[in-house]
Amino acid sequence: MIVLDAVTKRFPGTPDPAVDSLSLTIHEGEIVVLVGPSGCGKTTTLKMINRLVEPSDGTITVAGRNILDVPSHELRRGIGYVIQQIGLFPHRTIAANIATVPTLLGWSAQVIDDRVEELAELVDLDPSMLRRYPSELSGGQRQRVGVARALAADPPVLLMDEPFGAVDPIVRARLQEELLVLQATLHKTIVLVTHDIDEAILLGDRVAILNIGGHLEQYDEPAEILRDPSNRFVADFLGSDRGIKRLSLISISDIDLDRGPVVGPEASTEEAVTVMNGYSVDWAAIVDGDQLIGWFSTEDLNGVGSVADLEPRAFVTTLDITDSLKEALDSVVSTHTSVAAVLDGDRYLGMVTTDTISEEIVQ
Amino acid sequence: MELASEVIAWFVDPVNWQGIDGIPNRVWEHVQMTAFSTAAAALLSIPLGVWLAHRRIGGVVVVAIVNIGRAIPSFAIVAISLPISIRLGLGLGFWPTLLALLFLAVPPMFANAYAGIAGVDPALVEAARGMGLKERQVMTGIELPVALPIVLAGVRIATVQVIATATLGALVAWGGLGRYIIDGFSTQNMAEVFAGGLLVALLAVVAELLFSALEKRATPVGIQYDEPIGIPK
Repeated sequence: MIVLDAVTKRFPGTPDPAVDSLSLTIHEGEIVVLVGPSGCGKTTTLKMINRLVEPSDGTITVAGRNILDVPSHELRRGIGYVIQQIGLFPHRTIAANIATVPTLLGWSAQVIDDRVEELAELVDLDPSMLRRYPSELSGGQRQRVGVARALAADPPVLLMDEPFGAVDPIVRARLQEELLVLQATLHKTIVLVTHDIDEAILLGDRVAILNIGGHLEQYDEPAEILRDPSNRFVADFLGSDRGIKRLSLISISDIDLDRGPVVGPEASTEEAVTVMNGYSVDWAAIVDGDQLIGWFSTEDLNGVGSVADLEPRAFVTTLDITDSLKEALDSVVSTHTSVAAVLDGDRYLGMVTTDTISEEIVQ
Repeated sequence: MELASEVIAWFVDPVNWQGIDGIPNRVWEHVQMTAFSTAAAALLSIPLGVWLAHRRIGGVVVVAIVNIGRAIPSFAIVAISLPISIRLGLGLGFWPTLLALLFLAVPPMFANAYAGIAGVDPALVEAARGMGLKERQVMTGIELPVALPIVLAGVRIATVQVIATATLGALVAWGGLGRYIIDGFSTQNMAEVFAGGLLVALLAVVAELLFSALEKRATPVGIQYDEPIGIPK
């Protein structure tokens, strides 16, 4: 647990403090994202935790210990640190870079070698890279090495300063995903700084929105901040697409699904029409038990005796129960019928429509 | 053409290869003086430059002050160091020459050491500190190896300058290859003057090549410099 209590940082020569009496509690095993516009003191706050910036006032405790009671180099060896520029040492091999902190801690060569290999696997880095030098690696690979290096001595706390700011959007998305996968097994206490609200929403268990001068405007789970921004600043910072952003945090499994206009494979034409009328639509899906067979429209019923006689059309898009409502919305708006079928594996669960989604936004 | 054959004749004359005034001895004196003065200047300037740059003390001001040293003609430095040396009781010859060459060698070495360290990517230093390297470890383990090619370039530049300028030592009664130039000039023996100049140039070229090779060897694998390293701006 990291506790900031009324922490203030004044830099010499500037009238206003960079961070003004900030209090913040970060629980063990959670990812807290500090986000805000430039000048909000988020990086300064982060750097105060490992004493790269010394607080002017207030106290910071990490795992119950006041950070000022520990020599700064010892404190830092127990806190992983990842920065945007990564800062790999160009004159050392990737293996030596990853081994930085274990070497400082005096681990034996064998233990270090084993640990380096383990970490390479953990961050999905080809072991042949370990003998190379940083200049030979791509941006994404370097970033992975940066994370491996920070994790090397298995510190309980990880500080990340815009860790994915310098890579292209495709690599960034992948690295973000990998961080979440990693965190699911490692359960580190992570403080991450970004200026990108989408990254904050994606990665943060909780998000701290900071305003100029290190003022904490709101500190909560991302879904809660999106649902109920505490003031105008937060709402503006979240952007006008707040509702849609929130959809990315809601899984389809979180909502009640309607079965939709569904008929059995043996249903008569009359039954089918009744079902369609009930939903005021001109189509229906065919479901056999929990297997989704396909769908048909009113016109397909012309001249057939029952549903069994017609040629079912295939669903172009289906959703998985684990998909988010944002993905559901994307599927729904890209079909003519404004509907998408939800499957769990190959089991049919129900339908998502624009109505289902907007109901969630309005809630 | 006449001069060329005279110079060749001078070089093949066995007299010029023997005794105190022989080529081997003069080259040896010259090499010794160069080694002493550059080594002393390196000890004075490089640790200081590295430390000041690591602590970010001084910045442009320090480098500017040191650079003023470059603007003073070496001839004047020799002239100034002569009375200083005599007053210190160090006499003529060796000491005033060493003193003058020290003045000459310090600025490029200091400037390169300072600029080399100051120019190390701040992200490296931040990452190093952030992982718990102590200040001394940051300096010797990260900054110095990364800046080493630039620091060594300063040594190379200084050495070549010292080799060329050590000829002025002959003016204050020291030996070295400058003797041929000064003595040849006073006896109107142009072949000797020319031969002396040739030997100095040769020595400078050899030193340049040697240090370039050393720089290459000392450049850590993984660091590539696209341009040849010179005097930082």
